[in-house]
Amino acid sequence: MSLRKLISNKTIAALAVIVTAFANTSAFAQAAAATAEKPVDMGPVYKTATFYVLAFLLVCLFVAIVGKALKVYELTREAQDKPKGINWDAINGGLFALFLIVGLYGVYWEYTVHGNMILPEAASEHGKKIDQMFNITLILTTIVFIVTHILLFAFAYFYKHSGKRKAYYYPHNNTIERIWTIIPALVLTVLVLMGFLTWRSIFYKVEDPNNKPISIEITSSQFAWAIRYAGADGVVGLKNYKLITSDNALGIDFKDKKTLDDQLAEVMVIPVNKPVRLILTSKDVIHSFYMPHFRVQLNTVPGMTSYFEFTPTITTEEMKAKTNDPKFKYLFLCNKICGDGHYKMQREVKVVSQAEYDAWVAELPTYLTDDLRKQFNLPVASAPASEPAAAAPADTAAKDTSAVKTNQIALKK
Amino acid sequence: MSTISLHDTHNHDSHDDHGHHKETFLTKYVFSQDHKMIAKQFLITGIIMAVIAMGLSILFRIQLAWPDKSFPLLETFLGKWAEGGRIKPDFYLALVTIHGTIMVFFVLTAGLSGTFSNLLIPLQIGARDMASPFLNMLSYWFFFTACVIMMSSFFIQTGPASAGWTVYPPLSALPTAISGSGLGMTLWLISMVLFVASSLMGGINYVSTILNMRTKGMDLWKMPLTIWAFFLTAVLGILSFPVLVAGVVLLVFDRSFGTSFYLSDIVMGTQVLPNEGGSPILWQHLFWFLGHPEVYIVIMPAMGLSSEIMSVNSRKPIFGYHAMIYSLIGITILSFIVWGHHMFVTGMNPLLGGVFMITTLIIAVPSAVKTFNWLATLWRGNIRFTPAMLFAIGMVSFFISGGLTGIFLGNASLDINLHDTYFVIAHFHLVMGSAAIFGMLAGVYHYFPKMFGRLMSSKLGYLHFWITFICAYLVFFPLHFLGLDGVPRRYYAFTEFEFMQKWVTVNILVTWSAIIAAMAQVAFLFNFFYSIFKGKVSSQNPWGANTLEWTTPVERLHGNWPGEIPTVYRWPYDYSKPGAEEDFIPQTVPFSQTMSSNMPHDFEGNAEAERIQREWEEKEEAAGRTKLD
Repeated sequence: MSLRKLISNKTIAALAVIVTAFANTSAFAQAAAATAEKPVDMGPVYKTATFYVLAFLLVCLFVAIVGKALKVYELTREAQDKPKGINWDAINGGLFALFLIVGLYGVYWEYTVHGNMILPEAASEHGKKIDQMFNITLILTTIVFIVTHILLFAFAYFYKHSGKRKAYYYPHNNTIERIWTIIPALVLTVLVLMGFLTWRSIFYKVEDPNNKPISIEITSSQFAWAIRYAGADGVVGLKNYKLITSDNALGIDFKDKKTLDDQLAEVMVIPVNKPVRLILTSKDVIHSFYMPHFRVQLNTVPGMTSYFEFTPTITTEEMKAKTNDPKFKYLFLCNKICGDGHYKMQREVKVVSQAEYDAWVAELPTYLTDDLRKQFNLPVASAPASEPAAAAPADTAAKDTSAVKTNQIALKK
Repeated sequence: MSTISLHDTHNHDSHDDHGHHKETFLTKYVFSQDHKMIAKQFLITGIIMAVIAMGLSILFRIQLAWPDKSFPLLETFLGKWAEGGRIKPDFYLALVTIHGTIMVFFVLTAGLSGTFSNLLIPLQIGARDMASPFLNMLSYWFFFTACVIMMSSFFIQTGPASAGWTVYPPLSALPTAISGSGLGMTLWLISMVLFVASSLMGGINYVSTILNMRTKGMDLWKMPLTIWAFFLTAVLGILSFPVLVAGVVLLVFDRSFGTSFYLSDIVMGTQVLPNEGGSPILWQHLFWFLGHPEVYIVIMPAMGLSSEIMSVNSRKPIFGYHAMIYSLIGITILSFIVWGHHMFVTGMNPLLGGVFMITTLIIAVPSAVKTFNWLATLWRGNIRFTPAMLFAIGMVSFFISGGLTGIFLGNASLDINLHDTYFVIAHFHLVMGSAAIFGMLAGVYHYFPKMFGRLMSSKLGYLHFWITFICAYLVFFPLHFLGLDGVPRRYYAFTEFEFMQKWVTVNILVTWSAIIAAMAQVAFLFNFFYSIFKGKVSSQNPWGANTLEWTTPVERLHGNWPGEIPTVYRWPYDYSKPGAEEDFIPQTVPFSQTMSSNMPHDFEGNAEAERIQREWEEKEEAAGRTKLD
């Protein structure tokens, strides 16, 4: 009898708590109704931490009440000698089935909605191979993902505990185990081979003598990029970190004649369908040169020069049309933690036609400014004749004016 | 006390010994040499560190979701690191660094291996304690000191280490590169050395205990999968952690004594540093030589625990026990030759990239075998959904989801575009973060009665599981797509890039899911600490399990068994064996007592035993009774 008394006490207590809770909410509701005439700005309330702490405590209270109610219910069943109140195995099994259905829909939704927000098609030759490889892997893994999850949650649902049944004693089956060792091994062999061939085709390139790559040197530093073009001689000249000064921020070694025509750019402009050979270096810490649209990434490591060659295939204008986004631009960014400005390191990339590129690159200022010329005891720019002859195939007059102009710009900086 | 194990045959003596031995609070709860108490110390420290690391993650998730909003409360708590109520970029990096370090090392290595290896190795192999209880105690106190030092870096002027949990030099070597690389980084390195010492003392203890102190009849092929997992984990740790220490010592030299192991050709601003001839890539090799085995150090104990728990609660033997062990061994060996897959895009020789891709993708085979075997274990089982079982199933789900994306990242060509993006974040938070933490939680719910003699509330356990499971998927699944859009990890804000703007709404969803998941952990914490004192008292074998730990009394004696250590006769997975009276047969039951359920392969070719069994069956048949099926 005392048990019954306890139960009734608890029931009453639980009821009392529920009633109080409801009374409170209705009181709030009344208060809200009272002030309904002029809309209250709840904005500041949502901004206070107290609001969330109280909301959380309310949730805890709710959980506690539900827990108590469940306990009371179970005790009542027990006291009345009825079978156990709630079959938690059935509930959890059912929840797994539900999770499977909702989860599969969620995966479909993710693939279609967020899957549409990802990078557009690769804008480089090797990128297409990477995308192809990606799609094959995606299809295979999605199949495995869906099938194994259906099995996992369906087993959980169908084989939930029942007093009537006994589990099937099935310790092993060598044939089945062999099958599911060999099949993944074969599938992975295919993936490994394809990946290996793709990897080799990216990093072991045979140079086409008719389509020689243009060289561009990238130097990363905290938190900026420097883009150096090779100039007319097609060779990026030597540099030495020990020569770095505030004027010569890259430490270019002007004793090397090949440096004299090197040009510095704010934006990386590259001609479409022409291979680009990136020379990647770093001044201070490790950064990572990452061009997501071209599927290009390689770390820039101080003390070590690395190279990546790729061929862009889609111009910026074409990509604008393809993505239906007039604001679209290519870019490269830093993808290795490098300090507190890491999240800002970016530069724009423009892929243009060969003609546009030629016009743009002709306008590009040289790295060598008058200040640097003085420092390195080189003749000052007003004497273009001293520049290597090879550097001036175009008409010299135009080149002169542009050189002078750019020097002025450089000086203004 | 350390000689207890020698007294196996003189149990009476050793027991008396105990009676006279006075335990003070200090020797019982603080400087305890009892493996069960040390396990609890590891667990509770691990839980505290997990809560801290989770709190840090909520802080940086808030920053990612609302980069333009200010939260004055943050300034109240964080002071100058959140001036104006907005987390600063360098503190953001400190948060992600310390979150990663704590979670990987302090929670999922020490909290997981430390807890369950200590608790289960002596109990499941039938030993009175570890091979060296004193080393075991030292192992905990080194770990504790490491935790304190790591946390102390939040209280210094320049802030905690902030070069990412992989602390790549030169960023981590030069205080001028980032403020966290000052004293904070020194503390990080000291803490790491202590941690590795702790981990080695633990590991050596685990290996020697498992190899030398198994009870009579417990041969290697009768050990539960948990013990196999802990054993191989300890071997991995012993072989790989010293390499990290070597790396750390060189980094200390570079930072403090002017050497150039990792530094070369560096100019900070216009200041040319004198270091020449070093290579930052060397650190990455040394770090990942530990770092990759480390992820298996994290996941293998979770695999072992889940295997055990799934077998017990499906009331079915684990499918392919031998295959499970061979795949663990395969993973252990392979994990030493795959570290280069973290370095595909560092500018390492592309030839190596190809080689590491091959070894990496091979690891998928033993992993696939394990997954299929778990599924086969559930098939036609009689599954009891205890909270532990729910978490074990969740672990399998996460392992599949996260493991499959590893096939993308292990492929060097695909890694070019996915490296260091959110795809990687999603991948490893599922496969080693969520999966390992679920394995750990499964272990906590399952072995709570063995630790505290009481049961945790299962209803709160269900609530905890379902919210955490759903929210973990909501947090990590969408992150894959950020990665596929080329969004890099460790970005303080997405505001600087046009193409990242569209992901801010996704970030809000992710952050809210993370907050709800964190709130759900309150249910766990309440359940855990409340049940220690007020939980329902457990019976001796609450789950109907076969393994030895459930033959010990609920009271948890020092020395584990009051009398003689039981002898083992059979493998640990005789669940629902046809012909047996109950649906489980403990390892301590000899075959002579279960004549009706014995099977030919039980005797492993022992002709004498097979003859006795045959004679018994003939007699039974003669008596007109057929064998139960």
